[in-house]
Amino acid sequence: MDETTPALRIAVLVKHVPDTQFDRHLNGDDRTTDRSESILSELDEYALEAALQLVEAHGGDGAGHRVTAVTMGGAGAVNAVKKSLQIGAHEGVHLTDDALAGSDASGTSRALAAVIRHLGDVDLVLTGMASTDGETSLVPAQLAELLELPQVTFASSLELRHDGGAWHLTARRESDNVAETVESTLPAIVSVTDQINEPRYPNFKGIMAAKKKQISVLSLADVGVDPSEVGHAGAWTRVEDAQPRPARSQGVIITDEGDAGRRLVDFLAEQKLL
Amino acid sequence: MAKVLVYIDTPGENLHKTDRELLTLAATLGEPAVALVGELGDQVAAELGAYGVGAVYQPSNAGLDELLVAGKAAFLAAAAEAADAGAVLLGNTFEAKEIAARAGIRLSSGVITDAVAVDESFAVTKAVFAGSYTVNASVTTGRPIITVKANSVEAAAPQGGTAPAVHPVDVAAPAAARITGRSEKAPSGRPSLDEARIVVAGGRGVDGDFGPLEDLADALGGAVGASRAATDAGWIDHSAQIGQTGKTVSPQLYVSAGISGAIQQKAGMQTAKIIVAINKDPDAPVFEIADFGIVGDLTSVLPQATEEIRKRRT
Ligand SMILES: Cc1cc2nc3c(=O)[nH]c(=O)nc-3n(C[C@H](O)[C@H](O)[C@H](O)COP(=O)(O)OP(=O)(O)OC[C@H]3O[C@@H](n4cnc5c(N)ncnc54)[C@H](O)[C@@H]3O)c2cc1C
Ligand SMILES: Nc1ncnc2c1ncn2[C@@H]1O[C@H](COP(=O)(O)O)[C@@H](O)[C@H]1O
Repeated sequence: MDETTPALRIAVLVKHVPDTQFDRHLNGDDRTTDRSESILSELDEYALEAALQLVEAHGGDGAGHRVTAVTMGGAGAVNAVKKSLQIGAHEGVHLTDDALAGSDASGTSRALAAVIRHLGDVDLVLTGMASTDGETSLVPAQLAELLELPQVTFASSLELRHDGGAWHLTARRESDNVAETVESTLPAIVSVTDQINEPRYPNFKGIMAAKKKQISVLSLADVGVDPSEVGHAGAWTRVEDAQPRPARSQGVIITDEGDAGRRLVDFLAEQKLL
Repeated sequence: MAKVLVYIDTPGENLHKTDRELLTLAATLGEPAVALVGELGDQVAAELGAYGVGAVYQPSNAGLDELLVAGKAAFLAAAAEAADAGAVLLGNTFEAKEIAARAGIRLSSGVITDAVAVDESFAVTKAVFAGSYTVNASVTTGRPIITVKANSVEAAAPQGGTAPAVHPVDVAAPAAARITGRSEKAPSGRPSLDEARIVVAGGRGVDGDFGPLEDLADALGGAVGASRAATDAGWIDHSAQIGQTGKTVSPQLYVSAGISGAIQQKAGMQTAKIIVAINKDPDAPVFEIADFGIVGDLTSVLPQATEEIRKRRT
């Protein structure tokens, strides 16, 4: 631990998403996601864990670091923030406004960028690699573009060091054919993969402590966003039509009696796959 | 006819299969043009011409490659404006989606990812919620920016044509992280998971030895994939992982061996045309979505199948 390092302000973006353990649905004429069985996106737990580990690596809670869990969404979305506070975030922010309904990736990015600007002194924005509902991974890259911050996406490791009066980050990224080392100064925006750590669970102490932590509820007016820029009105894409795909039905199941490999090849030949 | 700009990253000596698919699609939607990062060799120039590409846009400054995503996105946006593109098409890799994302902000244009079809009005067909819905979506603002999954279009054969004209595009370097180290992974010699028509995937049941899966994949000309349990165990590179946090594949044939079929695994493979599952446990959830399931031990079933395929071929 370096005694002279300044306090870090980390914003972790956490999304309230339909639980993937249940069937998921699109509702109504505007085909928006049904959020009745929703939870903190499990992929955002890796971002929160990364934030908490950075705090621990640089002097812990006593060093004045602050982890702010930020969500955007309807009334229920606050649960993603509450869970984050139980796990260890210090404070929460919930951007909620009727005009946000129906936001696409760009609208979400514009709204979240406004929240980050509103917070003011953020050193590091951490996000999950993708939301488990939209699955687009567009938001972190768009936030970087809007906030004009260096983007480090799909980090599978992340370290910070303070020297020469500034914070520097080093991350690793893996793709198909290369492993990359990436460096940047802060402020920056980083999305993390599920390879980066093993997220902790909230414990009893954390659950009790969370009750005293503050959640700021913000509207679009509070963060200076015109309602016409977000939601249905400000979306740059539109879902015209959505059809549930017929569920896959079970086919033929056989038990190996010593010839299953050959029978598999018969099946492949029938399907013209050889 | 409006230009349809295809983004191509470092083609090497020849165009990649996905590049050819995108060019084929672009030609059905308008006049194909290309935004290219990296060297334009004679061979690639000739190939582009043969796909009807009249104009290639290239960054006038070097070094965009070292800037993580931001530089390439700034270039693509500038190229789309220089070409006055009616739409922009990219592949569907993580990086391509991010380039699309940022170019979308720069151009105030909507972005749609994971397209499996694009029609003349740039309406897109895609699957959402791990393949449980098929959605039609369109871009309502700006130049449609669409990332298209591999194997969504049959690449046309190139025909004749003349090498395209090259237009340099100036790009101001945006705030970006720098790539300061790169280590290449050894190529497997097999088709890439994104492009493969056949995928043979193994899980915890493989118990450390992917040999029987590789043999079957080679006999079928397929790629090798894995569950997270197998990549976490270090039996195979992480880039082979299929599922929610790995690759999404839609091959003609998916062979699942020693994989239970957790929801996060299904998310990456349930749009495959045909699913074959081999598992010791008759109650494994993977059997619920299998077209052909074998309750059995993969260490005997797979080698027998491989041998049988080789026998039938000779
Ligand atoms: C945030 C998050 C993201 C995730 N992302 C992914 C992802 O992208 N992809 C993914 O795959 N998982 C993912 N997972 C993990 C997923 O939940 C499962 O844990 C994982 O898919 C299990 O892998 P498996 O089926 O190989 O192992 P197991 O569930 O242990 O199944 C092994 C199977 O092998 C069978 N078997 C054993 N021996 C043999 C044999 N000799 N012959 C035949 N069958 C045999 C067993 O009967 C069993 O069904 C994710 C989890 C989380 C929390
Ligand atoms: N409504 C939201 N509220 C908070 N964070 C979000 C929201 N939408 C997206 N994010 C963040 O952006 C990441 C990528 O989301 P996506 O681009 O939708 O796949 C998520 O893992 C979150 O960290």
